[in-house]
Amino acid sequence: MFKYFKSNKIFVITSIAQKYVLFLFIVVLTIGLTEALILSPEDYKQSDAVRIMYVHVPAAWISLGIFLSLALFSVGSFVFKNKNFVLISKSLAPSGFIFNIIALVTGSIWGKPTWGTWWAWDARITSMLILALFYGMYLLAWRIYEDKEYVVKVTSMIAILGVINVPIIKFSVDWWNTLHQTASINILSNTSIHISMLIPLGIMTAAFALFSLLIFLMKYNTELIKVKNKGLDRL
Amino acid sequence: MINEIISMNGYGAYVWTAFSFTLMSFATLYFVTKLQLLKEQKRFASKFGSLTLEKARTARSQNINKEILSNTSNI
Repeated sequence: MFKYFKSNKIFVITSIAQKYVLFLFIVVLTIGLTEALILSPEDYKQSDAVRIMYVHVPAAWISLGIFLSLALFSVGSFVFKNKNFVLISKSLAPSGFIFNIIALVTGSIWGKPTWGTWWAWDARITSMLILALFYGMYLLAWRIYEDKEYVVKVTSMIAILGVINVPIIKFSVDWWNTLHQTASINILSNTSIHISMLIPLGIMTAAFALFSLLIFLMKYNTELIKVKNKGLDRL
Repeated sequence: MINEIISMNGYGAYVWTAFSFTLMSFATLYFVTKLQLLKEQKRFASKFGSLTLEKARTARSQNINKEILSNTSNI
């Protein structure tokens, strides 16, 4: 299975894929923004403030998804001793962190007209802030430590410890009384959000996922070249 | 029509700020990542150029090095 994770094969794929993903991202984002800002209806309670949902919710979903992948690849690097898993998790982290920040900032902007406050120490907001701190620690660790073996251990521990926070974020609205409403979109049961809002939300989520894929591909190529640069030094 | 889109029933400042922040974050992350990639590609090309003939031949035997060089030439 791991023959597919050989760096030269992956480098070719990631180099070619970048331009296609960028093109697809621009197309999907344009459609998503038109739907989110113009075509989708206003909410009967929140009026047009509901449109912030189309950037806030996908950003939160993707930052959670990326952190989950980060933890899985970290476990993978421990179990299989595959260095590519380390490079993959390192390349995923920057976009996850940015999406986490976007979720926090747009949530704060959305909070003012709907709750009357920019910030509240609500269970979901606080747990999202903790996730941002884990992302921050993960990225900082790569900058601070120079010993490769040590930094891999530290960052893997941060990712594995931090992933405990992911189900807390997901179920915080059920476990505690929070300002956030309970989940409106369920894969296994009925979704309470109307289709006219679900479509733009889906398109924006796809656009955000494509952007995180694009950043991942670019970052992964950068990491591979760094490895090869060190290889040239050793020649 | 345009005024309605801009004002968003009085929520325009919130909606447009949220969307602008998101798009600016995207643009910043994209350009920072692109710059890092270009910097590493240039570093690789200059290191490769300073190799002796024999070392360059050894380095060129690895497929990935050829790929990096071919991408660098497109910069």
